[in-house]
Amino acid sequence: MAVKTKKSVKLNIAVLCLCLAAVAVSVWLLGKLLEPKYMSGVLEGAMVREYYDEEHPHDVIFVGDCEVYENFSPVTMWEEYGITSYIRGSAQQLIWQSYYLLEETFEYESPKIVVYNVQSMKYSEPQSEAYNRMTLDGMRLSGSKVDAIKASMTEDEDMISYFIPLLRYHSRWNDLGSEDFEYMFGRDKVTVAGYLMRADVKPMTKLPTPSALSEPELGERCWEYLDKMRILCENNGAKLILIKSPSLWPYWYDEWDAQIADYAEKYGLDYLNFLPLADEIGIDMQADTYDAGLHLNIYGAEKLSRYFGEILSSDYGLEDHRNDADIAADWDEKCERYYALLDAQLRELEEYGYLKSWTLEPEG
Amino acid sequence: MDEILEILEGINPDIDFETCDTLVDDGILASLDIVSVIAELSDAFDITIPARDIVPENFNSAEAMYAMVQRLLDD
Amino acid sequence: MLFTSYGFIAFIAILFILYYLIPKRFQWLLLLCADVVFYACAGWQGLCFMAVTVLVSWASTNLMGASLRRQKETLSSPEGKALPREERRAIKKAAEKYRKRIFVLALLCDLGILAALKYTNFLIGNVNAITGASLASVDWVLPLGISFYTFQTVSYVIDVYWEKIPAERNPLKVALFTSFFPLLIQGPISRFGDLSETLFSEHKADYKQISFGLQRILWGYFKKLVIADRLLIAVTAVCGDPAGYDGAYVLAGTLLYAAELYADFTGGIDITIGIAQVLGIRVKENFVRPYFSRNIAEYWRRWHISMGTWFKDYIFYPLSVAPWLLKLSKKARVKISDGFGRKLSVYVSTIVTWFLTGLWHGAAWNFVVWGLLNAVFILAAEEFKPVSLRFREKHARLVSGFGYRVFETLRTFLLLCSFRILDCYRDVAVSFKAFFSVFTGGRWGELFSGGLLGLGLTSADFAVCGVGVALMFAVSCVQEKFGEVRELLWKRKAMAYIAFSLLAIIILVFGAYGVGYDSSQFIYNQF
Repeated sequence: MAVKTKKSVKLNIAVLCLCLAAVAVSVWLLGKLLEPKYMSGVLEGAMVREYYDEEHPHDVIFVGDCEVYENFSPVTMWEEYGITSYIRGSAQQLIWQSYYLLEETFEYESPKIVVYNVQSMKYSEPQSEAYNRMTLDGMRLSGSKVDAIKASMTEDEDMISYFIPLLRYHSRWNDLGSEDFEYMFGRDKVTVAGYLMRADVKPMTKLPTPSALSEPELGERCWEYLDKMRILCENNGAKLILIKSPSLWPYWYDEWDAQIADYAEKYGLDYLNFLPLADEIGIDMQADTYDAGLHLNIYGAEKLSRYFGEILSSDYGLEDHRNDADIAADWDEKCERYYALLDAQLRELEEYGYLKSWTLEPEG
Repeated sequence: MDEILEILEGINPDIDFETCDTLVDDGILASLDIVSVIAELSDAFDITIPARDIVPENFNSAEAMYAMVQRLLDD
Repeated sequence: MLFTSYGFIAFIAILFILYYLIPKRFQWLLLLCADVVFYACAGWQGLCFMAVTVLVSWASTNLMGASLRRQKETLSSPEGKALPREERRAIKKAAEKYRKRIFVLALLCDLGILAALKYTNFLIGNVNAITGASLASVDWVLPLGISFYTFQTVSYVIDVYWEKIPAERNPLKVALFTSFFPLLIQGPISRFGDLSETLFSEHKADYKQISFGLQRILWGYFKKLVIADRLLIAVTAVCGDPAGYDGAYVLAGTLLYAAELYADFTGGIDITIGIAQVLGIRVKENFVRPYFSRNIAEYWRRWHISMGTWFKDYIFYPLSVAPWLLKLSKKARVKISDGFGRKLSVYVSTIVTWFLTGLWHGAAWNFVVWGLLNAVFILAAEEFKPVSLRFREKHARLVSGFGYRVFETLRTFLLLCSFRILDCYRDVAVSFKAFFSVFTGGRWGELFSGGLLGLGLTSADFAVCGVGVALMFAVSCVQEKFGEVRELLWKRKAMAYIAFSLLAIIILVFGAYGVGYDSSQFIYNQF
């Protein structure tokens, strides 16, 4: 009897441990299954994690929101000047998120140039849980990620649900689709070196009149992170370039522009505002935007990239890597994907009149 | 003692009050019944039953009620 | 800290571990610290009010205790024994009078805080309505769980006054009894005599008790998160728009509310008692499958038991033996009729008790009317007892059948659902209108051809709730027939582990917690 009891105690302990392990594994697997995959419709949520697949270091790293990942094409800069670049962009990326993404990037490589698009300086408070998720969920676990989450959380968010995705996405059980099973463990690439391509055209009509600025000063928290970003770049031997992309909306106020220019001058940074240079670059808002002036399409992005690439290679003396066989092979593959993607988009435009696979259904 | 049994039978004639000793615990006497019993007991024996004595132990059986009444009469 | 917040779960996890790591004689002090932390999270003002309550009850009970001791010592000393009977009586009377004074003061103080904080606005509103004055309402914060801890304290003070239990000398123990955190949110309103048996003692980690406690906590979270918090969405939709949702919707809303309230309240109590059980502390049950009750009086012996017994022991009985009421009923027997006089004290006590029960639920007329409705039906049932007994005798076969039992249960359930409409709409006139619209408003076809799905829940949500309610019902049936489900499962521990692991995963996936995933938020508009 005693032997039997002992045996059954052992068995019970084994079952208990097995159950606890099974719960832990289920929580992990269900999290994988239930987290949104962003493989169609809203692709922006899938961008951040693609960076970790990069094999070769880059000379230029872009950080910022849609004004970088829609407006610059690394492939064009490669083809024209042999510049290796990558855009660590994400939807409504706030400056602290840019900062921590950059901090993380320096753990992987040592870019010579860091480009930060100053549009996001207008937000000095956490904005939206959904956008936080699209930027932060894709980050690998690291100190930078924890800090980024801390800086980004809106009032009713919990840190723990960033690490146990099931806690955040459990209610999607009712929305599961084939995409969720297909991409449970691996995703397709949605960008080429961080550039999210759009080949459609929607000419600019009339922009709304910008409302008067109630508070002309850019937020203190943003300046704090800009300082941190500047020092981070200094410490890592990278040159920080501030830019303002030529997107016409959201409106970029002169007051803000002056403050950034002052800051750049104070610390000896370069600040490039592309808005007044649009004509020189050759951007035509009738042909080079896919959403009436908010974002550039591939034609606009290529023009801007050619222009900026010229500055980078001549003024900043970036090396031409086209003769380095290893790197060139990598970029050849990127170019191939780039043109294949463009072809596919053009085909859909012809067939459906809009980008069926890359956007949500048009409303109405 | 007989008086008490008479009172109890007036409340519910179907119960064998002489033997049952879980009148309250088993819910045979509900709170409304208890109040009626108290009113009758006070009247019959001319005693005041204070609230502190309204506990299940004092009402679980006719015996217990008898003991309580005796104690209150002595006081 | 809500029971369903991550913070709370972390809080109890840390508490459980510390509790069994520290020397056992400090365990109850750790609980007191936990109470302070828990309470401080809800605001320091609450802590002050509670401190006053604790001090008052500690001081008053100890003064009464000391007086009782002195009285006994004097009377049992040789000199005291030698005193003539009259003088002995006088000493006793004087001491009793002294204790009564302290007792009344303590009650005034404890209940005064509750009354002032909870009922001032109700009073002002009624004064304004009656006199046409326009007194401004006050903006006082209601300390967390004040109704519960005040009632607990009052029961302690009364029990000491009635000499049922001795006064506790250690003020920290009185503080722990008053503030024991699992009980603060929704009870059970526990008695000092019951709780002190295990609250202050040293507890060895007992595997079975801890397992059972954790299992019960999980079951509570299942009821709360999977069923109650999901149904709440639909209930709020119906009750929030009485004009838009009348007729059949009221019935649907009431039935959903019955399930929601049961799952929420019993789930919360499961979590409470489960936490206490993990800590080795025994808390009395608050529910015994109330929806199986066959009449309203029985329902109130099975639903929120701790509140029912509180009102019975401290309001109903004392009132029914109050000298003035007994005198009144004697007079009535002589002047009006014997039968009426006999019933008078029962009637008055019942009505007053239910009036106060209603008021305790909330400072508003809808709760008062709700309480009085209960009283009316309980008294009516009492009044019709002879009729019903005759009916039972005549149709003994029918009455003993299962079908009749189901009929009685359903009747009681629907009656209580109707009362609860007052709780849903929080307004007497609106509630009665809603109730009658069930019979006159129609809209049955609309309800079942998509109307239900307009209440904020998808058909999948309703399916989850349906399965959840079925599971609760099955568990209740098993409990009613075979006893504690955890005991049954424990015979095959492996089964218990598997069952509760599954339950944990079900809660995590199907619980209605966290930021709802709303894909529309993610739609790309402008960034």
